[in-house]
Amino acid sequence: MTVGKAAIAGVGESDELGVVPHKTALQLHAEASRNALAEAGLTKDDVDALFTAGLTTSELGEYLGIAPRYTDGTHVGGASFVIHLGHAAAAIAAGLCSVALISHGQSGRSRVGAPMLPLYGVNQQQFEAPFGLPTPTGAYAMACARHMHQYGTTHAQLAEIAVATRAWAALNPKALMRDRITIEDVLNSRWIAWPLHLLDCCLVTDAGGAIVVTSVERARDMSAKPVTVLGHGEHHSHSMISQMPDLTTGPGVVSGARAFEMAGVRPEAIDVAEVYDSFTFTVLMSLEDLGFCAKGEGGAFVSGQRTAPGGSFPLNTQGGGLSYTHPGMFGVFTIVEAVRQLRGDYARAGQSERQVRDARLALVHGTGGVLSATGTAVLGV
Amino acid sequence: MTAKAHSLYGPLPQPDPVSQLYWDSVRAHAMRLQRCIDCEKWVFYPRAACPHCGGVSLEWRPVSGRGLVYSFTIVHRAPSPELQEQAPYIVALVELEEGVRLMGRLVGVPVEPGHVRMGAEIVLEYADVTGEVTLPRFRTVHTED
Repeated sequence: MTVGKAAIAGVGESDELGVVPHKTALQLHAEASRNALAEAGLTKDDVDALFTAGLTTSELGEYLGIAPRYTDGTHVGGASFVIHLGHAAAAIAAGLCSVALISHGQSGRSRVGAPMLPLYGVNQQQFEAPFGLPTPTGAYAMACARHMHQYGTTHAQLAEIAVATRAWAALNPKALMRDRITIEDVLNSRWIAWPLHLLDCCLVTDAGGAIVVTSVERARDMSAKPVTVLGHGEHHSHSMISQMPDLTTGPGVVSGARAFEMAGVRPEAIDVAEVYDSFTFTVLMSLEDLGFCAKGEGGAFVSGQRTAPGGSFPLNTQGGGLSYTHPGMFGVFTIVEAVRQLRGDYARAGQSERQVRDARLALVHGTGGVLSATGTAVLGV
Repeated sequence: MTAKAHSLYGPLPQPDPVSQLYWDSVRAHAMRLQRCIDCEKWVFYPRAACPHCGGVSLEWRPVSGRGLVYSFTIVHRAPSPELQEQAPYIVALVELEEGVRLMGRLVGVPVEPGHVRMGAEIVLEYADVTGEVTLPRFRTVHTED
């Protein structure tokens, strides 16, 4: 068991986020990694374990000047970094490494530097792409349509998530989209793939993010307040949307249950949740899968701006992939934000509106591919 | 690996040694899929071993060509300029009577959400998109209410 043995000692974003056409993906990696290590009071020479997705750890290690003794390039889309966190915690608990760096950098908008390793293979090319399905958007749209049919989920309920997330982004100077929107704005935005409107879909940006994980003992002596990894889980059930066993239930059912069980807490105990929002629907389904509400009740759960600043369920408090940043894979940013909330960074910085008060337990949940893979973690201070 | 997009659909499929028989059957307008002799389940997409039981005794059998709409999307923003000229269009997931789920274009209904019904009956048909390549396609069956 890895419960409570590993802690996050530092987090960081790239120096610039959003539209960054003058920086390569590897540069975004380097900036985020340097910032996360600096927060922990470490340098790259302290790192003995390297984790990334969509790029080989050898290419990243060479660029950063890190020669690790433990590596993990698990690449299942945006969930990967939350899965890396679990793997890093387990490796630290097993004594296989002492300082793990989880790094991500992606020039998703400007497309400068190395492209990501492909997430969809020859079978998707053969059995889905010929029909003109835009991937991943069309796949999420199909799952959303089925959920609406089966449970009566409405466009307005999905829009609640976009509106609440934008309200959080309005408080974040680093967010790309900060103008407040209404449910009508979402409903009146153009169709991308029915039933998803433009404002149901995440941004496409350039950004980097990184996490430093070490043992709880070592983290106590570092500069930043340690955030303990209390539980983690991962699962994947398919690669192509046509092979997803049930379009209304994702792998989060398994990864979430495992993370909560390991942490010994129930969903009701969570103070703040960072749930990958590639689309509004991704969040709605994830909340059900994680047990915050029953299957089919996600629409009712998010209604009345419950997840907005001041609401009873603070969610995606930096503005999420919908409004803050989304370079293609977002998972690392769910961890960055959860850590900042748990440490009380915003209260200390005089940004009390952004600070979830007395946050002791956070849930981070990444989704990758076409609702294919998930990583869940419970973090605490 | 990426095939050239063409005017009717998306990138053309590139058959592999296992899937060649499937694409040949579609080309002949008589789809055949694998069925596992050990566990008697149908398999889609074509594989070298049964994903249900792990068995390697797979036989090719013709399908009935009947199925139900499991879900669909109406694509407004298409993945290529060629496809954008056709948008909006419907891409559906269909459950064939044999119990497998596959993707294809849905035709025979107005391209509007209210006209496509989850669970609607479809028949399998074939679209000859080039001289060499045929793709499966679904057409809704109009039943008396």
